[in-house]
Amino acid sequence: MTKLTMGPIAYHWSAERRRDFYARIADEAPVDEVYLGEVICSKRAPFQEADLPGIIERLERAGKTVVLSSLAEVMLRRERKATEDLASMEAPEIEINNAAGLYARGTRPHRIGPFMNAYNEATIRWMASKGATHVCLPTELPAPSIAVAARMARDIGLGVEVQVFGRASLAVSARCYHARSHGRTKDNCQFVCEEDPDGMPLRTRDEQPILRINGIQTQSEGYLILLQELPQLVADGVSHLRLMPQAVDMVTVAEVYRAVLDQSMSTEAAEARLRQVCADTPFSNGFYHGQAGYRRIAQASLA
Amino acid sequence: MSLAELICPAGTPAALRTAVDAGADAVYCGFQDATNARNFPGLNFTPQELAEAVAYAHAKGAKVLLALNTYPPAGKVDLWRQAADTGARLGVDAFIVADMGVAEYIARNHPDIRLHLSVQAAASSPEAIRYYCENFGVKRVVLPRILTIPEIRQIRKEIPCEIETFIFGNHGLMVEGRCSLTNYLTGQSTNLDGVCSPASDVEYVRAEDGTMASKLAGFTIDRFGPDEKAGYPTICKGRYTAAHRSDGYYAFEEPISLNLARLLPELIDAGVHAFKIEGRQRSKSYVRAVVSAFRNAVDEIRAGRTADIANLVALTEGQKQTQGAFATKKWR
Repeated sequence: MTKLTMGPIAYHWSAERRRDFYARIADEAPVDEVYLGEVICSKRAPFQEADLPGIIERLERAGKTVVLSSLAEVMLRRERKATEDLASMEAPEIEINNAAGLYARGTRPHRIGPFMNAYNEATIRWMASKGATHVCLPTELPAPSIAVAARMARDIGLGVEVQVFGRASLAVSARCYHARSHGRTKDNCQFVCEEDPDGMPLRTRDEQPILRINGIQTQSEGYLILLQELPQLVADGVSHLRLMPQAVDMVTVAEVYRAVLDQSMSTEAAEARLRQVCADTPFSNGFYHGQAGYRRIAQASLA
Repeated sequence: MSLAELICPAGTPAALRTAVDAGADAVYCGFQDATNARNFPGLNFTPQELAEAVAYAHAKGAKVLLALNTYPPAGKVDLWRQAADTGARLGVDAFIVADMGVAEYIARNHPDIRLHLSVQAAASSPEAIRYYCENFGVKRVVLPRILTIPEIRQIRKEIPCEIETFIFGNHGLMVEGRCSLTNYLTGQSTNLDGVCSPASDVEYVRAEDGTMASKLAGFTIDRFGPDEKAGYPTICKGRYTAAHRSDGYYAFEEPISLNLARLLPELIDAGVHAFKIEGRQRSKSYVRAVVSAFRNAVDEIRAGRTADIANLVALTEGQKQTQGAFATKKWR
């Protein structure tokens, strides 16, 4: 059966907000697996570490599989250390987002995260030969390539994951754009990113919303939403569907996706329900359809 | 002291000959397709042109590095493999790669040809670099433009391969190989198609108040006053507004060029083996001027003399320049 996963929180949510979020996910959300850990900024990690064991215990007690995700960018000493420490863990499972993590992990089992650029069957086959058990495909991969990659990965026994909800990660940098917008640098950021639990909106000078800033990460303005595409993804061998935590009612989001997978809700009804939950955030699925990522390709226009 | 090789851009056969004549130790180039990260109209080489280019460069003692530094999407891997096979047959001196599948293919099928790890692989730690060295026999890493010189010096001590750094030209802001901004707005991917803010999607629109919008795929990347020179709409060099920045500000970076001329001695001392000049999309005259100037500077430094870098600084005269992340952590 196709599994629903909750991706790692990309934003700098407060410790209290995280605890409340995962308590609800544990008790109410029909997701099978939950990714934890700081992926974007190593400066944020200390705020979460104390609560992590309790959150893991809570989620596992609720029957969820927990996976710890590693940093996407590894450059500083503390980032190298954090990556090495994660790679040395026996349990829970880990998801690796940087080649430094692959180096430290060796051939022990691990998952490949969306920042690892597993774009094709040759790379996935290589990664599998080095211990990868599961791969999350990059969000910009179009449908024909997802089909080729997923079928091959499934055939050699890998789990295959695709993001189906939430803002797409479009870029990471060494520079913190949150700090920059406030006239600060990364080293004296004062954690100003905490003010924007769903990312800091950037608009064009024509007042058109275009991108979101999340520390060193740049995200899409629109939520990437794949709903009508779910049957094809499943048919192609995608085994896990990732929901990225946004500052909306994620329990309802998970329920909607579960209902569509169980064929107890139509995609039209699902989209209407998500629209209620997500206020006026635009929905997009252009990457999947090989078009500009921000675009929304309506069901009627699909061949 | 390191060899301080000068690695120069060759967007066309003519630019390649110009760079070689101006003193390049090596030139880098690509085929006319998605296998390289400068897949721009009018640029790059046919196999026949590459054969002639290799002969020309080798006759003058210069090396030819073939960029295969994009990521093949699943189902299209053969295009990259064929490009590698063609490059090997034509006698290129090294492949510049980013994708693990491509690296593994070359390591297995063309083990006698050097592998360089592209900046597009974003290997910014000793561990990441060692991963590629130990698994694919990578001989040189092109470092991401996000490290300070002390950090580069430290990395040098912890890796078994040579280091190449960018010293001049376009200043990329995002971690290379991890940027889908162009694909988000245009439907063409930097990683998969080798495209960044493509000219085909650019338009300049004059408003009634005299301001000029520079647009990419219909999105206003910047707006310029009647007396301002309208810049090219590169997404990470545009001006945007935020709730607390209603004036329109450079959210990522100003339109600015990287110029490390003044840092050359320090970079050599830190153990950098090769210096890369960006600009395969640039003209022959630009290539001639930049390569000649850096050739002189590097030769002076290697001879133990103080290089005259005034003309290097002048190369970007009229345009803002930066030392980026190399000089100070404050850049971040």
